[in-house]
Amino acid sequence: MSEITQRLSSKHLLGIKDLNAQDIQLILETADTFKDVINRPIKKVPSLRDITIANIFFENSTRTKLSFELAQKRLSADVVNFAASSSSVSKGETLIDTVNNILAMKVDMVVMRHPYPGAGVFLSKHIDAQIVNAGDGAHEHPTQALLDAFSIREKLGAIEGKKIVIVGDILHSRVALSNILCLQKLGAEVMVCGPTTLIPKYIHTLGVKVEHDLRKALNWCDVANMLRIQLERQDIKYFPSLREYAMMYGLDKKLLDSLDKEIVVMHPGPINRGVEISSDVADSKQSIILNQVENGVAVRMAVLYLLASQK
Amino acid sequence: MRNLTLLDGQKFQVTIQRLCHQLIENHNDFSNSVILGIQPRGIYLAQRISKELKEIIPSTQIQNGILDITFYRDDFRRGDSPLVPNTTQIDFIIENKKVILIDDVLWTGRTIRAAMDAILAYGRPEKVELLVLVDRRYSRQLPIEADYIGMKVDSISSQKVVVSWEETDKEDKVVLVSENV
Repeated sequence: MSEITQRLSSKHLLGIKDLNAQDIQLILETADTFKDVINRPIKKVPSLRDITIANIFFENSTRTKLSFELAQKRLSADVVNFAASSSSVSKGETLIDTVNNILAMKVDMVVMRHPYPGAGVFLSKHIDAQIVNAGDGAHEHPTQALLDAFSIREKLGAIEGKKIVIVGDILHSRVALSNILCLQKLGAEVMVCGPTTLIPKYIHTLGVKVEHDLRKALNWCDVANMLRIQLERQDIKYFPSLREYAMMYGLDKKLLDSLDKEIVVMHPGPINRGVEISSDVADSKQSIILNQVENGVAVRMAVLYLLASQK
Repeated sequence: MRNLTLLDGQKFQVTIQRLCHQLIENHNDFSNSVILGIQPRGIYLAQRISKELKEIIPSTQIQNGILDITFYRDDFRRGDSPLVPNTTQIDFIIENKKVILIDDVLWTGRTIRAAMDAILAYGRPEKVELLVLVDRRYSRQLPIEADYIGMKVDSISSQKVVVSWEETDKEDKVVLVSENV
């Protein structure tokens, strides 16, 4: 840990956009030590024992919520959980009121998922606690991008110079934007692939390649990140049928085996088996989907540790 | 700034050898003992001690690990700069082993307190002993003492005791650094 700075440049983690390459490297290197910690017989360290963290989820989540909670508990932080569906939000309370009430109970950090883009930024301007964005609408999901970067680095040794294609529902995906920004900052080449209707119109301004032919995209890349079709966010029909989508943009074993080289397959979960990815690919040797989940805890521990150490 | 060399050359070497012989007295062939160097500066002393032990008794197989205590420190969020973690490398089981904890300088005792916490995350050792090259006397903030001591030094808190090693700093020596005296 020699050349890099030892402090994040931001007080919050609102998006990858606010981080520089050094911040990302620092998070990944810190995550290395935490990955070691969570593989010990006793997986817990006392670093954050005087910190209280509120997990506020205005949108459903399994992996991210569990992963954050495990990360917090393994750092010995006190945790309060809040799910909007079972709370006073349904009685008409505003976001700031809800969060201020939680902060009045002396919380140091807030991990929030919200359906509206920019909810984290908004909150950070109005309250005193440190904010970690766990997904804001179709905008950013920074910890997912960091754990994806960590997993690629672990599997291929480095990220710089690697070619990564993000396949599927780019339009509704927060994972896509965070991944693009994160991988580009670390020196990778990024391509997006999907039906025209699911690729945002001006995405090329981010400096990514656009490809509509899945086979061509896969032959170009080292890593394919297969995104889920987010049916719950699609208010109109973007493609004729799931079956047709699966035929044109689904990755199955036959296609994977027919490629020029062996690529790494990733998926941020939850998987729609048989749609964007077939079962035999998801469970194949080339898939690092479960490694991503394991690394998620280490990366989130690193993020919480580094943010908390800034006071 | 004024530097006073406390230990170097042959005396340094003799001190290391004496520590090794004291260890041999208590641990015989080290079959049930392991050495743990504390990051960042204790690992050089740990390496030197185990190298020297192998020269004295060539048949010994000493297990050597390094321990990082960052996450167990009691000054998280209290200092000016963030605490940066180092690697821990313990490739053996310490359950029921005699652990020899090694650091270069014993001062307030807080590092050793954290190290004992860190060790417990790896199991329950039969015994934990502490070996240090320099003991800064009368400056403890916790009730902790070393079992094996290279030399004792009387110093005030504004002074620093710096141990340098041939492997990394070109010379074996212990220096007392005083600022603006």
